[in-house]
Amino acid sequence: MNFERIKEKLEILADAAKYDVSCSSSGSKRTNKNKGLGDSSGMGICHTYTEDGRCVSLLKILLTNHCIYDCAYCVTRRSNDIKRAAFKVQEVVDLTISFYRRNYIEGLFLSSGIFKNGDYTMERLIQVAKKLREEENFNGYIHLKSIPGASDELMREAGLYADRLSINIEIPTEKGLKLLAPEKNRKDFIQPMQKVANEIIQYKSEKKLIKSTPIYAPAGQSTQMIVGASGETDAEIMYTSSYFYKKFNLKRVYYSGYVPISYDNRLPSIGSDVPILRENRLYQTDWLLRFYGFDIRELLNKENPNLDTDIDPKLSWALRNFGNFPIDVNRADKNMLARIPGIGLKSVYKIINARRFRKLNWEHLKAIGISLNRAKYFIVCDSRTFESKDRTAAQVKGLILGSIKSKFHHSYSNQLNLFDGQQKIIS
Amino acid sequence: MKATTFIYDGTFEGFLTSVFEVYEKKVVYPKIMKQEHYKASFFDISEVVITDTHKADRVWKRINEIASSNAKRTIYHAFLSEQPTIENDLLYLLKKLFSTSTPKLIDKDFSDQIILKISKIVKMVDREKHRMDAFVRFKLTLDNIYTAIIEPDFNVLPLNSVHFKNRYADQKWLIYDSRRKYGVFYNLIEIQTVEIEFFNNIALDKIAKEYLCPNEDAFQVLWKQYFDSTNIVSRKNLKLHIKHVPKRYWKYLVEKRGV
Repeated sequence: MNFERIKEKLEILADAAKYDVSCSSSGSKRTNKNKGLGDSSGMGICHTYTEDGRCVSLLKILLTNHCIYDCAYCVTRRSNDIKRAAFKVQEVVDLTISFYRRNYIEGLFLSSGIFKNGDYTMERLIQVAKKLREEENFNGYIHLKSIPGASDELMREAGLYADRLSINIEIPTEKGLKLLAPEKNRKDFIQPMQKVANEIIQYKSEKKLIKSTPIYAPAGQSTQMIVGASGETDAEIMYTSSYFYKKFNLKRVYYSGYVPISYDNRLPSIGSDVPILRENRLYQTDWLLRFYGFDIRELLNKENPNLDTDIDPKLSWALRNFGNFPIDVNRADKNMLARIPGIGLKSVYKIINARRFRKLNWEHLKAIGISLNRAKYFIVCDSRTFESKDRTAAQVKGLILGSIKSKFHHSYSNQLNLFDGQQKIIS
Repeated sequence: MKATTFIYDGTFEGFLTSVFEVYEKKVVYPKIMKQEHYKASFFDISEVVITDTHKADRVWKRINEIASSNAKRTIYHAFLSEQPTIENDLLYLLKKLFSTSTPKLIDKDFSDQIILKISKIVKMVDREKHRMDAFVRFKLTLDNIYTAIIEPDFNVLPLNSVHFKNRYADQKWLIYDSRRKYGVFYNLIEIQTVEIEFFNNIALDKIAKEYLCPNEDAFQVLWKQYFDSTNIVSRKNLKLHIKHVPKRYWKYLVEKRGV
C-alpha cells in the first residue's frame, strides 16, 4: 500500500462523498459465516461523530469524482474546477478491511461519479463488493449506490453482495430537476429503484419456499432529497417522500439541507445558511409518518403547505385539532397517546405498562420523563389539578413558546424581527 | 431497629449469595454492600458473606423460574453498573418479584420509583456497552493481536465480549479495562478473562510504539484523514459533537487524540 497516495485520494474522495447523509448500518441480517470477518446482524453502530455532529458508521467514499454529468447542485459536476482522483478496486477493498479490523467502521458506503456510462460505473462498484464478500469473507455492512441508468442485470447482481442499495432523487420535483440537472431524467433514477424493489419482493417470497435462496439487499433501499436548492415547499418534499416510501417500499428517505457549493445563479449563493432547522422539521415529520401513525394529509395540505418553524409538527397538528384534547392518559389507547405533544414512543411504552399497576398522576408522568411543559395542556390524569380547559389553541401556543428555549430560536426569530439588534441597544 | 449489613466481595455470585442469606436468616432490615464501600458503623450489625456458588445458583434458578427474560437482563445489567446502592435497589426488586402475583411484569412497573430508577440505570449501562462497541480502537501489535484499552464508566466488558467474538472471529484480539484492571482475550477459539499486572501506572492509555506493527501508525493517519475529510465545516456543531463523543473517551480515540 502506498500510504501517501492513498491518503491524498482519501482526502479528495471522502470529501466529495460527505454530502450523502445516509450512514445507517442497521437492519441487515448478515451473520458471520465460517469464522470469517465481520457481522452485521445486530444494531447499527456509530463509531464516531464528526465535528458537525453527524454519525460516522461507514467508510463513505467515492470510487472516483470524475463525472460526465453537470448537475448544478453537485460538487463533482463536470464543469467544477476541482482536484480529481480515482481509487483502484483493490485499494478500496484493502482500506475497508484494515479499517474494519481496527473497529473504526461498520462497513463500506461506496458511491461514485459517473464515468463513461451508468453500467460501466455500476460494474466497478459491484467488483469491490464482490471481492469483499468472496475473497475476504467479509460480512460487514456494504451500502452501494445504484447508478442512474444502470441495467437490471447489474442491479440484480449488486443486491447479492450489498446490504443496502440507494439512489438519490436529490431534487423533489421534476420541474426542479429540469432546471438544475437538465441532462438527467427522472426515469433513470426510477428504473434501478424499481428493479431493486421487485427483487426484494421476489427474494422474500422465494425465501419462504426455498431456505437457501441467496439474500438480496437485506437492509433494503433508501434515497435522499436535497432541501432548499430548488425553491420547493415542505409539502412537495414530503408528498414525494411518502410516495417513494409507499411505491418502492423504501427503508429511509434522507433530507439534506443544501450546502451552497456554487456561484450558479440558479442556486442559493455561497455563504447563505444551510437550512438546518427546516431539515430537522422534515425529519420530525418523516418520523411522525413512519412511527406515530400520522397520515401526510394531516400534517401538510393545501392550507398548510409548509411546516411551522417555531414549533414541532406534532404540536402544530395538536393545536389545529385542539378539540380532540384533553386526552386521559390512564385510558387512551397507544395510538392516541402517541399523538400527544411532548410524549414520545418510549414514554408511551412506559405509560402503558405503568398504568396496569396504578392510575398515573402528574408525579408519575414527570418521573417517567414526558415533557410536561408541552403535554400538560393536552392531557388529564389521576389528579385534581388541571390546566384550565377554556384556553384557545393560540393561547396555549403562546404559553408553550414562552416556556421553552429552542436551540433554533435565533434562526426563526431573526426573520421575524428586523430590529432585534436595535432593541438590544435601547434596552 | 438496627439494620443488618451483608458485606460481599463485589461479584455477582457474591451478591446472589447475600440475597440467599437475607432470606435464610429472615433479616427484617437488610442491606447489602460491597466490601470496598463498607465503613463500620456503631449502629449497624454487619456480617461478611462468603460467596457460595451453590447458594447463588439456587437464587438465580428461582429468578429464572418466575421472572421474564427482560427482568433477568435488568437484574444483571443493573448490577454491572456498580452504583453504590444498587444492591439494595435490586434487593427491593427481588423481594417484589418473589412475593407478587404477577412476577412477569415486575420490571415494567414504571410508576414505582425504585423500579423506574433501576430501569434508568440499566439504560445507562446499555448505553455504555453500546459506546464500547463503538469506541474500541484496535491497534495491531507485533505478536499479531488486535489490542485495545478502554475505561468504561460501568463494568460492561462482559457484555461486549460476545459482540466482538461474533465480529472478529478470524483475528486474535484483546480488550483491556484499565480502570478495573482486567481484560478479555480471544484466541481464535474462545474468550478468556485475563488479569494483567502492570508494575507502574504510566502509559496505560497508550501502547508503546515498539510493540506495534510497523504499518500501524500509517493506518491511524489514514483514519484521521478520513475523519477530517468527512466533516462539513459549514455545519459545524461542536455541542452536538461532544454530546455524542464525550471528552472523557477522547484519549482512546485515534481520530480525537491524534497519532
